[in-house]
Amino acid sequence: MIRVVLPAHLRTLARVEGELKLDVGPPVTARAILDALEASHPMLRGTIRDQVTQQRRAFVRFFACEEDLSQDSPDDPLPEAVAAGVEPFLIVGAMAGG
Amino acid sequence: MSGVRVLIGTRKGAFILTADGRREHWDVSGPHFGGWEIYHMKGSPVDPNRLYASQSSSWFGQVIQRSSDGGKSWETVGNKFAYDGPVGNHLWYDGTQRLFEFARVWHLEPALDDPDTVYAGIQDAAMFKTTDGGQSWRELPGLRNHPSAPQWQPGAGGMCLHTIVLDPKHPGRIYVAISAAGVFRSDDGGESWRPMNRGLVSEQIPNPTAEVGHCVHRIAMHPSRPSVLFMQKHWDVMRSDDAGESWKDVGGNLPTDFGFPIDVHAHEPNTIYVVPIKSDSEHYLPDGKLRVYRSRTGGHEWEALTKGLPQSHCYVNVLRDAMAVDALDPCGVYFGTTGGQVYASANAGDSWTPIVRDLPSVVSVEVQTLP
Repeated sequence: MIRVVLPAHLRTLARVEGELKLDVGPPVTARAILDALEASHPMLRGTIRDQVTQQRRAFVRFFACEEDLSQDSPDDPLPEAVAAGVEPFLIVGAMAGG
Repeated sequence: MSGVRVLIGTRKGAFILTADGRREHWDVSGPHFGGWEIYHMKGSPVDPNRLYASQSSSWFGQVIQRSSDGGKSWETVGNKFAYDGPVGNHLWYDGTQRLFEFARVWHLEPALDDPDTVYAGIQDAAMFKTTDGGQSWRELPGLRNHPSAPQWQPGAGGMCLHTIVLDPKHPGRIYVAISAAGVFRSDDGGESWRPMNRGLVSEQIPNPTAEVGHCVHRIAMHPSRPSVLFMQKHWDVMRSDDAGESWKDVGGNLPTDFGFPIDVHAHEPNTIYVVPIKSDSEHYLPDGKLRVYRSRTGGHEWEALTKGLPQSHCYVNVLRDAMAVDALDPCGVYFGTTGGQVYASANAGDSWTPIVRDLPSVVSVEVQTLP
């Protein structure tokens, strides 16, 4: 199972606490995770990536294994530790504001 | 009439205030959707327990919430606002053309006859409609495809369709206002639109009397007399007696005719309210005094309403969607400030009291008169 951590506002919106666990088949990519996340929690559609363009929202970032993966292709395979469920895929609200 | 429900949208969440018909003691519920911007909440006129809320965030985009129990509980509904067909261009701040791009929903206007039908005004300016309670939204593209659209330009808050007024006596007649394009009217339910800006004069555009390009801040109508419209423009308070075909200045003796909201008394179609603001470059009250101005003559002659309102060192603003009236007798008038206060008058403006203080900056205020 893939572990996913949402930012606080999206946990509230999705009515979840703590990490989410998603069943995502190989290859495990950001796109595959978001597809599974939006299928299981449709209220999150449009909040992480645009519903029309599928582009990541500008103030949302993707971190994993202490790396910023935000600029990678959504179809790139994620680190093996994420695919194996050892490390979470972090969806983060960008640090912006005072 | 048993009571009043006040729906307050702020920069950091929604609040719902309720009172009985005396409007003396208020219960405060909230924050709902804490941390999110709530540009607008409004209830259905045919089912007061059906509410819609526009929830948005620079980080996480647009969410639409719906309640079927008067705001006690909420559920998310559809939030896909996709332009219909080629997107097209509008004028950008620097004078270049720029593609229309969805940013947020500014205003939700439930239909007069169906709780599942709602119109949405969005930024960049376009009109959307749902007929399934918000589950899905489709654009009414005739507005954005108007030949004048490449001349529409954003105001300071963005190029927003912020006002939707439904004519209760002429089915299919809808007015919208866009900053900064002006007023448009549809007589066929939103399929086709005409600019309705004759008589407006805006020195901030190359041709001050152009057909479009005016920064209309708000329009209001009394339902018993829908051919009469009132407008707070960037500068100027205006009135139309011919369903928007022409406008004349009714600012009269106002201390300044810049401002954002305008509204009409529930029982007196010629009694209107504005909150003058010092200027377009100083979005705060003149002289540090919070004064609502009331005209009982449909404009021209205005009186300052000050009882209960701060009269020194007050430099808040009142935004375009942040004033509303109830339908009780005497008529109640409500407005919220960027300082987080919501003031109410249970006597048509003669005196005021804060019904809640120290909220986040108030963006919108709507009032439901409950049966």
